[in-house]
Amino acid sequence: MPAIEVESLYKVFGKGAKGAVAQLKAGVPRDELPKGVTAAVIDHSWAIEPGEIFVVMGLSGSGKSTLIRMLNGLIKPTSGTVRIGGVELGSLSARELRRLRREKVSMVFQHFALLPHRTVVENVAFGLEIKGLDKAARLERAREAVELVGLADHVDKLPAQLSGGMKQRVGLARALAADTEVLLMDEAFSALDPLIRQEMQDQLLDLQGKLGKTIVFITHDLNEAMRIGDRIAICDGQVKQLGTAEEILMHPADEYVAEFTADVDRTRVLTAEAVMEPCGTRDTSEFTTVESDVPVNELYEPVLNSKAPLLVVDDNADPLGVVTPRSIIKSLAPERESGDAEQEPQPA
Amino acid sequence: MIEYLRNWFWTYVWKPLPDMPFGDWMETFIRWARDAWAAGFDAVDAGLEFLYLHLADGLLWLPSGVMVLLFAAAAWAARGWKLGVGIGLGMFVVAWTPYWEQTMQTLSMVLVAAAIAILLAIPLGIAAAESRTFSAVARPVLDFMQTLPAFVYLIPVVMLFSVGVVPGIIATIIFAMPPGVRLTELGLRQVDGEVVEAGQAFGASPARILVRIKLPLALPTIMAGLNQVIMLALSMVVIAGLVGGGGLGAVISGSLGRLDIAAGFNAGLAVVLLAILLDRVTQGLSDRTPVARAARLAR
Repeated sequence: MPAIEVESLYKVFGKGAKGAVAQLKAGVPRDELPKGVTAAVIDHSWAIEPGEIFVVMGLSGSGKSTLIRMLNGLIKPTSGTVRIGGVELGSLSARELRRLRREKVSMVFQHFALLPHRTVVENVAFGLEIKGLDKAARLERAREAVELVGLADHVDKLPAQLSGGMKQRVGLARALAADTEVLLMDEAFSALDPLIRQEMQDQLLDLQGKLGKTIVFITHDLNEAMRIGDRIAICDGQVKQLGTAEEILMHPADEYVAEFTADVDRTRVLTAEAVMEPCGTRDTSEFTTVESDVPVNELYEPVLNSKAPLLVVDDNADPLGVVTPRSIIKSLAPERESGDAEQEPQPA
Repeated sequence: MIEYLRNWFWTYVWKPLPDMPFGDWMETFIRWARDAWAAGFDAVDAGLEFLYLHLADGLLWLPSGVMVLLFAAAAWAARGWKLGVGIGLGMFVVAWTPYWEQTMQTLSMVLVAAAIAILLAIPLGIAAAESRTFSAVARPVLDFMQTLPAFVYLIPVVMLFSVGVVPGIIATIIFAMPPGVRLTELGLRQVDGEVVEAGQAFGASPARILVRIKLPLALPTIMAGLNQVIMLALSMVVIAGLVGGGGLGAVISGSLGRLDIAAGFNAGLAVVLLAILLDRVTQGLSDRTPVARAARLAR
């Protein structure tokens, strides 16, 4: 059973929202809707498996914040369904919905949303307090969560005494302490400096390796999306493309997606497997080997140091293909019109 | 042209209209209320008088010298030793005037009126923050309560509660309450929406969000409202002295009648010093709320 499943999900703000949904379903484009209605989320249908990091990427106004708030029922859909662990949110009463949030879904916020007058550990214990744990138990579990995010030395500080990255670790610890299967992260790292942001991304991946939560991560930064997402949905109202980082980079669905991917550092995302060419009938026994999941930016040196191509192998050391300088360069040029990449370079 | 308009208005508007009836309506209503709810007014009258008398007795139970030290200690506890010394000196000057007893009566009146005003104001402020409709209805009523000249509602209040200290307290409650409601509403509305959303996202009920998130975060603003309520209450009790409210108000209105500059100035000085005491102590308390402390750390 998918951890999260949405089906023909729509959210339109303004008067006459229902009518606008009917128009959208009939094929009226988003910007030709009547004045006063704004379509934020259009026809989303997808499912997330347990343990997956699913990234929703889009610019501001692409409806991603609205989308994530429909996943825990803070915003009601105009039409369509959301199921968390098989339970349809629309069928729940307000009380049942609050219970679902306490037990199944927690959230991390862009601007941290900490209580300024509570210490780190008290903030982290907030979700447990709502769950009704007694003080000793919740503080103990909160301390564990604080240690998990590496803030053990700061348990008794107030948020005002922490840096932005540390504050967001508190926000993350608060969500982890609630011990829910699903973690919603709304632009969680967007307010942080680039270096801190990378550090937080690494920490999130590290924690995910241990905890295996189902994570929905919202971002406007495609590099971030590609770094942490198992799958990525690129959104502008509707889903423009949904796939793995490689699929999106190698085969952008349309111009809109292609424009985003132009800015991505491809060499970090693409792996040897994605850029390799078939072995053909060559004798590969003398070639240097590389593992299939090595990113391209770590292939430069071995490629330059060996006269022969590199042999890409899988986990069982079986050959999959070869990487040559030419195949690397080819992979760096985004795929535009078909056939273009196959042409021989023109002399200057 | 102007002449024509004036004649037109006279013939078609002013002449057919009866005399302005709003004042008469109010009078009829007050007279009716006095008879219909006599028991209720008597009970309120007795309750407020009881509170006032016992608080005043309590404040006058110890000799003025000891009280001066107690006030200084309270100020020290609320803010620091500098304020403690300042307030000690100020209250010493008050004790030096012949009006210590009246000052304590006035303080008792202010405390009773302000306590009731803030107890009414906070729930009203919460309701106004939660409901736009309630806020829209409450706003003109609050404007009315605050701007209608104080003497105007002294008249019906005296009718309802007879002369004495209670009408003064009632009029003070009405006059002093609006900033308490307004600042409670403002404080609650200013609470960071993301923090409230965090409460919702973790499954907190609206009541818990109010008690655990909104009220603590709004507390510094609510305390500023309490400060305003107390200041307005103090300005009002002097006026209430005119209707037999006793305390410093009675001294001031008496010296006005006798053109007694010296007595008036002494009593006025006591009012000012009392105001400083109340203002600084409530401000000190509002700086001590957890959120205000955290905000200072951030700087």
